[in-house]
Amino acid sequence: MIAEYGLLALIMALVSAAALTVIPMWGAWRGSIAAMHSARPLALSLFVFCAISFAMLCVSFLNDDFSLVVVASNSNSMLPSFYKFSAVWGNHEGSMLLWILVLASWTLAVAIFSSDLPVKLMARVLAVMGSISSGFISFSIFTSNPFARHLPNAPLDGQDLNPLLQDIGLIIHPPLLYMGYVGFSVAFAFAIAALLGGRLDAAWARWSRPWTNVAWGFLTLGIMLGSWWAYYELGWGGWWFWDPVENASFMPWLAGTALVHSLAVTEKRGVFKSWTVLLAIATFSLSLLGTFLVRSGVLTSVHAFASDPDRGMFILVFLLVVIGGSLVLFALRAPAVDSDIRYGWLSRETLLLFNNVIFLVATITVLFGTLFPLLMDALGQGKYSVGPPYFNAVFVPLMAVLVPVMGIGPFTRWKSDDPKRWNKILIQGAVACTLAAAILPWLGGDFNLWVSLSLLLAFWIGAGLIGDLRLKAEGRSTLWSVVKRQTPSYWGMVLAHLGFAMCIISVVVVTQWNVERDLRMAPGDVAELAGYRFEFHGSSGVQGPNYVADEGVVTVYRRDKRVAELRPQKRQYKASGQVMTEAAIDAGLWRDLYVAMGESIGSDGAWAMRLHYKPMVRWMWIGATLIGFGAFLTVFDRRYRKVKVSAPQEALAHA
Amino acid sequence: MKYLLMICLALCSSTSYAVIETYEFSAPELEARYQTLVEELRCPKCQNQTIADSNAPISEDLRRRLYQELEAGLSDDEIVAGMVLRYGEFVRYKPARTGVTLWLWWAPWVLLLGGLLLWLGVVLRSRKARVSLGDKQDQIEKLLKDNT
Amino acid sequence: MRRLLLFVPLGLFAALAWFLFKGLSLDPKELPSALIGKQVPAFRATILDSQQPVDQSVFEGEPRLLNVWGTWCPTCVAEHPYLMRLAGQGVRIVGLNYKDTDSKAIAWLGRLGDPYEVVIRDPEGMIGLDLGVYGAPETYVIDAEGVVRYRHVGEVNDRTWNGALGEAYRALLP
Repeated sequence: MIAEYGLLALIMALVSAAALTVIPMWGAWRGSIAAMHSARPLALSLFVFCAISFAMLCVSFLNDDFSLVVVASNSNSMLPSFYKFSAVWGNHEGSMLLWILVLASWTLAVAIFSSDLPVKLMARVLAVMGSISSGFISFSIFTSNPFARHLPNAPLDGQDLNPLLQDIGLIIHPPLLYMGYVGFSVAFAFAIAALLGGRLDAAWARWSRPWTNVAWGFLTLGIMLGSWWAYYELGWGGWWFWDPVENASFMPWLAGTALVHSLAVTEKRGVFKSWTVLLAIATFSLSLLGTFLVRSGVLTSVHAFASDPDRGMFILVFLLVVIGGSLVLFALRAPAVDSDIRYGWLSRETLLLFNNVIFLVATITVLFGTLFPLLMDALGQGKYSVGPPYFNAVFVPLMAVLVPVMGIGPFTRWKSDDPKRWNKILIQGAVACTLAAAILPWLGGDFNLWVSLSLLLAFWIGAGLIGDLRLKAEGRSTLWSVVKRQTPSYWGMVLAHLGFAMCIISVVVVTQWNVERDLRMAPGDVAELAGYRFEFHGSSGVQGPNYVADEGVVTVYRRDKRVAELRPQKRQYKASGQVMTEAAIDAGLWRDLYVAMGESIGSDGAWAMRLHYKPMVRWMWIGATLIGFGAFLTVFDRRYRKVKVSAPQEALAHA
Repeated sequence: MKYLLMICLALCSSTSYAVIETYEFSAPELEARYQTLVEELRCPKCQNQTIADSNAPISEDLRRRLYQELEAGLSDDEIVAGMVLRYGEFVRYKPARTGVTLWLWWAPWVLLLGGLLLWLGVVLRSRKARVSLGDKQDQIEKLLKDNT
Repeated sequence: MRRLLLFVPLGLFAALAWFLFKGLSLDPKELPSALIGKQVPAFRATILDSQQPVDQSVFEGEPRLLNVWGTWCPTCVAEHPYLMRLAGQGVRIVGLNYKDTDSKAIAWLGRLGDPYEVVIRDPEGMIGLDLGVYGAPETYVIDAEGVVRYRHVGEVNDRTWNGALGEAYRALLP
């Protein structure tokens, strides 16, 4: 019965979503205050029903109800409870339900925190979010019902969760990612509502910013977790593969970065309104496109859910309605006349516009590369592949073009700035960076041009931030008094930019100075790698909760001091029979040591071993975490707190 | 036993194997070239994996062929051309710099140029905007905002 | 003018949507043979059982099917009776015993029947590699000059023989 309650709740959620779509929107059109105010309770109702439905699915998994198709396909009685819970979203139907729940949560959050929004805007925003919910809930009920049953032949046990997914990283990664993807629907809803209402102004941008920043922060963390998980779980030491599904999450991030910056301009200066609205539409559209790519089977990927062209058709029609509709609205209602606001050649506006251009070019490049095989096949031109060698070759130079501008952006004035104001500080910074970039690589061993360049770019970002503080401190008492006066918004920007700089250093250093050896090691064998000595002591059998494994023991020494004892495993999962490599990693701030076991060779206990030395690889994920937290920090800024609205202002807002 | 592990057509290999080949190369440059090429060639059968990462039988065979051709002294271009001859362009993750894939290599730079021209256009248009009220404009805007 | 520019994103999206729609009816995993229209690659091998030498000239003279199989492949067992039928109808089939052991292969054919004109041994899979084989079973249609005309990946049965595979073969008959 539990599953049936779940389905019933889902249907009720659809009813709530449909009502939320229609009633407040009609209210905004006709000026009915009551209809508009119905949005908040309807949002609550939507959330409650989605939560119930999701809870019912969780209960079914935790109770091993194998009469449900999804439970039988993705779970097993021997699976630890923790993973039974995460198995809920380890499959297409369940993950769709998670999407729906996250969307309902964001909708409720907007309903709760929108008390200072004009009623019409609030009604329209919630109605748009309701329409998106309606689409996804329909998709779930009609094509991907998580509560479908196997009756009358319910299996006695399940096929087990894919061993690759039996891991903490994979538990947190999808929810975080969805918080991001789905969160961009808020910015999208604000954009549509503003276009419908004909009010595209700085106030709209101010309302959108916290929602967009938080969503972007979550997406950053989600992508970071995915990369980190791939690194420690997949056994080959890589952390980004430009796989279509990875790109499906990266493209909204790229567009989202442009959006976050563009909103800043629109809020502060009231310009770039059309750009910002288009970016808001584009970012969420890319989220939806990602959903389509991952679930329709048009692209091959290791991450893809079991694909189904019928489901793909549904999503495609949904895309046409949502994206097509919003772009039509954009074309008809976006301001055709630019605001009469001037800004100079050197101003924060132009620099942020440059940022927009770079990120848009990056987004379109990744999109083109990802879809190229599909394009060529559809045109009958044959089968092509586009992979990491291409993406790395084009993406890196684009970022390199961006960073010099990123250094001076934070301290360039709005409207118009004069380089004479900061020339001296800039040159001092440039000299310091160049010196550091020239000298520091020697610490790592050899001089390496790419490492040096990456250090130059990363330090340039830091120099820009320091320069900014120094400029702010000119004429004031102390640097500390300036630092104290800065807002959370400012510190969020600083953290995010520093995080980005860390990522740059990490990516280049680990690519250039990564040392890897594949070799045969018998018990007692010793291998030397990057100044470390790896001693293999043979392997033995171990038992896990739902697997058996061969566990090897490797001790690592540096200059005759014991550094680590690593225990890589080769696991075989009992239910599915799948074999998996569990790499052993000695994590460190400045380097990772990584050992994985391949095949057993011969009969003397020898194994094919992979040894990695990966310098500064953690900085990538630490940097990305900083970016995410920087984004979260910005919403604590005072200007987003509740502002007392005076009567004339309120009247104007309702106009 | 090995053949029981071989997967028939409909099935696909799991990503969970760390594929660790222990080839002995006669020169370190050959090993370096092997490491690069093995990441550029696609396993024809798998769900988007290089022959380095996949443990499908065809992947093993391709790695072995790669090793043999490297030791035989073929150049990178010749090796890749041979693979393309047998499996088509599908097998290259690094698209050719000729033919229709040239679009891929030019696209980012063409887009960047287009973007910069757009940037230029927007900035120039702002400068042509109706002459502002100069310094007073900000003051006026501020007064208006504070008093509504 | 500017209003027109604002329609550009919509136009781009429409184009994208068309491609995505086309994509739904395509199979990204399907890989056509790169050798279609080209000669069978040169090879030197031996025949199963007799160990007599054989090379690519075995395909000259008449249109033939080349069937790639192995005793380790369950689908090959499933399609085998159909191949026996085709052989009975006069279709010439050359077998390629791919990545297999001789003794197992001979026993297998003894048990299930031998539809092959001749079976080429390919224990290392190198001939298969040159042909662009990536799994079994695969069946090629090769014309009288030794040019590859078609490749079918998967089981040969009524449906495929009445479909593209069979048509490719029948097109070569005089």
